[in-house]
Amino acid sequence: MELYFFYMFSGGMIITSLLMITRANVIHAALLLVLTFFFLAGIFVLAGAEFLAAVQILLYAGGIMVLYLFSIMLMNVEVAVRMRQWHRQGVVVFVAAVLLGLEIWAVLKGVEFPAAKQWEWSLGATPGNVEALGAVLYTKFLFPFEVASILLLAAMIGAIVLAKRTIER
Amino acid sequence: MDMALEIAVAAIKIFIVLNVVQLVVAYTIYVERKVIAHAQMRLGPMRVGWHGLLQPIADGLKLFLKEDIIPDKADRIVFVLAPVMVLVPAFVVYAVLPFSATFYITQINIGLFFILAISSLGVFGIVMAGWASNSKYSLLGALRSAAQMLSYEIFLGFSVIGPLMLAGSMNLQEIVHAQSDVWFVFYQPIAFIVFFIAAMAETNRAPFDLPEAETELVAGFHTEYSGMKFAFFFLAEYANMFVVSTVGIVLFFGGWEGPDFIPLPGFVWYVLKLSVFMFVFIWLRATLPRYRYDQLMRVGWKFMFPLVMLNIFLTGFLKYLFL
Repeated sequence: MELYFFYMFSGGMIITSLLMITRANVIHAALLLVLTFFFLAGIFVLAGAEFLAAVQILLYAGGIMVLYLFSIMLMNVEVAVRMRQWHRQGVVVFVAAVLLGLEIWAVLKGVEFPAAKQWEWSLGATPGNVEALGAVLYTKFLFPFEVASILLLAAMIGAIVLAKRTIER
Repeated sequence: MDMALEIAVAAIKIFIVLNVVQLVVAYTIYVERKVIAHAQMRLGPMRVGWHGLLQPIADGLKLFLKEDIIPDKADRIVFVLAPVMVLVPAFVVYAVLPFSATFYITQINIGLFFILAISSLGVFGIVMAGWASNSKYSLLGALRSAAQMLSYEIFLGFSVIGPLMLAGSMNLQEIVHAQSDVWFVFYQPIAFIVFFIAAMAETNRAPFDLPEAETELVAGFHTEYSGMKFAFFFLAEYANMFVVSTVGIVLFFGGWEGPDFIPLPGFVWYVLKLSVFMFVFIWLRATLPRYRYDQLMRVGWKFMFPLVMLNIFLTGFLKYLFL
């Protein structure tokens, strides 16, 4: 049962992301990316990380993608659609893709996929549980957590400084 | 066999909830028209049935039979999908709402977070509708709506943290049980005020109905919509009102639990509290003028945001001292 759902979600993800990169209309591409996020959230739920799935939808789909759409909507999409999407880089892209494919093949060739590893900080009987996640985040991973928050704070201050300069001018 | 039975029971519950919500929405619109009419010394709908009681059904039939127009210059796929994208999140959320001690579709331990995540998707439908219509009014309405809903979603999210800290769970039933002695509204008055204002803004209700400000933008993001597609937007707005009211009741007013000395079933308490909430929504629409756009943003970021942060800090501090 779970396997069918996994194939459904991962297949959906592959199809929507392929459609996303082939659309000429940017709005359609953005909406397809949202759909990809949904399938990804589905895979998170299957993996027992329902909190992560909800964060995925709340932040990426409900927050960041709305801001993307917000800025895309302000440009003239029709001109972009009519423009010919060709940058004379076909050969370079082909070589790069072949090299990347070989690299991935070389890395994955010798790997035996093991059973899912049981981490020592396992989230316990009810995985994805908010309490367990909070406990792990504020004990075992306190330092990385604080580093990430300082990084975000710095980015926020930087954004305010940049925005303020243009207003004053 | 057990699984088939479970699925059947869930399907029946979903069927009941969906149909009841649609019927209740139709009659909420009737009540809204009546209340606003009386607030303005009018009678409201009087023609169809006794005191216009059959008016919602007549309206529904009218919308159903109307010609469905898709503008020539519209982006057809997105235009058709937009009303669905508004309606589906509004109804998906009903899956975790507790209507009484025993009647709910399902319980998950991230219940409240699930509601926040899914209801944050409603804005997509509005943005899609505004863009796909290919009309200036629609686009302006959609842009306003995206900015408004994104900002007020933040205050909504932060305002529920206070009650969550007191309840210690995101499961909506457990939050209800945590309030069997005292309703959280007495512990968390600031959070409730911020929650209520943010909820009004999230559902695009007056005084925050800027996305559809009829005096400036004709009808905002749904200017170009007609027939059933227009009805979808309407239905979603009222379905969302029920959702935010229910979340408010669960978080601050003890959900379906009432005082012990009045022996009423849980569902009756829920309906009573919901009616009060809906009446206040309608009452405010009849009373307050619409906010201007810059006022809306100023109130949000400069007043409500610090307030809700202070509330989280105070809750944590007092909880550490006294509990």
